[in-house]
Amino acid sequence: MVQYAPTRLDASFAALSDATRRGVVEQLARSDASITELAERFNMTLTGMKKHVGVLEQAGLVTTRKIGRVRTCQLGPRRLAEEMAWLERYRRRWDARFDALDRVVEELTRQEKRDERERRR
Amino acid sequence: MNASGEGSIGPVKHRTTVVRTSDREVMVTRTVNGPARIVFEAFAKAELFQRWWVPKSMGMTLVSCEMDVRLSGKYRLAFDVGGPEPMAFFGTYVEVQPPARLAWTNEEGGEPAPVTTVTFEEQGGQTLVVLRERHPSKESLDAAGTGAAEAMIETFDQLEELLVTLGGSSGR
Repeated sequence: MVQYAPTRLDASFAALSDATRRGVVEQLARSDASITELAERFNMTLTGMKKHVGVLEQAGLVTTRKIGRVRTCQLGPRRLAEEMAWLERYRRRWDARFDALDRVVEELTRQEKRDERERRR
Repeated sequence: MNASGEGSIGPVKHRTTVVRTSDREVMVTRTVNGPARIVFEAFAKAELFQRWWVPKSMGMTLVSCEMDVRLSGKYRLAFDVGGPEPMAFFGTYVEVQPPARLAWTNEEGGEPAPVTTVTFEEQGGQTLVVLRERHPSKESLDAAGTGAAEAMIETFDQLEELLVTLGGSSGR
C-alpha cells in the first residue's frame, strides 16, 4: 500500500478545487492534449492555462513533456488519482449508509425513551 | 441533500473516515447517535438492517433480506440492479457478541471469502462503529471499491464523480 503524505494529498485536493483544472483533468482522461489545445478549449490565454497545468503538475495529477515546440499534457501517475477515487467512492458509500443508519438509530432511541416515559406514568 | 422526515434540530452528522490499513484491509469509522445496544440491533435485525444498508443513493434496491444472526448463522441479500436477475450477496456470521462485536463472511465472490468485522464502542450515549473488511488479496480489496453492481452504475460517471468528489472534499 502506498501511503501518500498528507501534504501531497492536500495539494491534489487543492489542485482539483478549481473548476477549470477539474475540466482539464477530465479532458486529459479522454486524450492527451497540448497546452495550446487546452487553452483554446477552455477559452483562456496560453499563460493562464500554463498556470493551471503547473498546479496540476505539482500536485502529481498531470505530467507534461515537450516535443519540439509543443508541450503535451497527460494524466499523471494514474495510481494517485485512482487511489483517491477508490477511497472517496468507498467513503461515500459508507457515509450514505451511516447517514441512513443514524436515522434508524435515532428513531429507535426516541421510541425507546417514549416507551419508558409511558411506563413510568 | 435530501433530509425529508428529519427533525430540524437533529444531532450533528459525524464524519465517516476510510483508511486502507494494509493491502488487504480497509477500515471505516463513524460515530452513530445512539447507544451500542440499539446500533447493534440495527445491524442484526433484518427489518432494521434493510432500512439503512442500501440507501437510495446507491442506485440498487434490496428485494429480499434474510439474516440469521448467531454463530454460524447465514445471511442472504438480494438486490435488483436493473438486470434480469437479482444480484445476491451471502455469507456466514462468524462472530456474534451483542452489543460489542459482529463479523460475517462475504461468500458471493468465492473462496477464500473476505471477512467484515464490526465493533461497537459506546461513548456517552453515542457509539463508535469501526468496520474492517479483510480481503484475501489486494486485488480482491481493490475490486471491492467497485463491486459488480456499483461498477455498472459508476462506470459511466466515474471520472465525473471523482472530480466532483475531490472538488467537494477540498472545502473541508
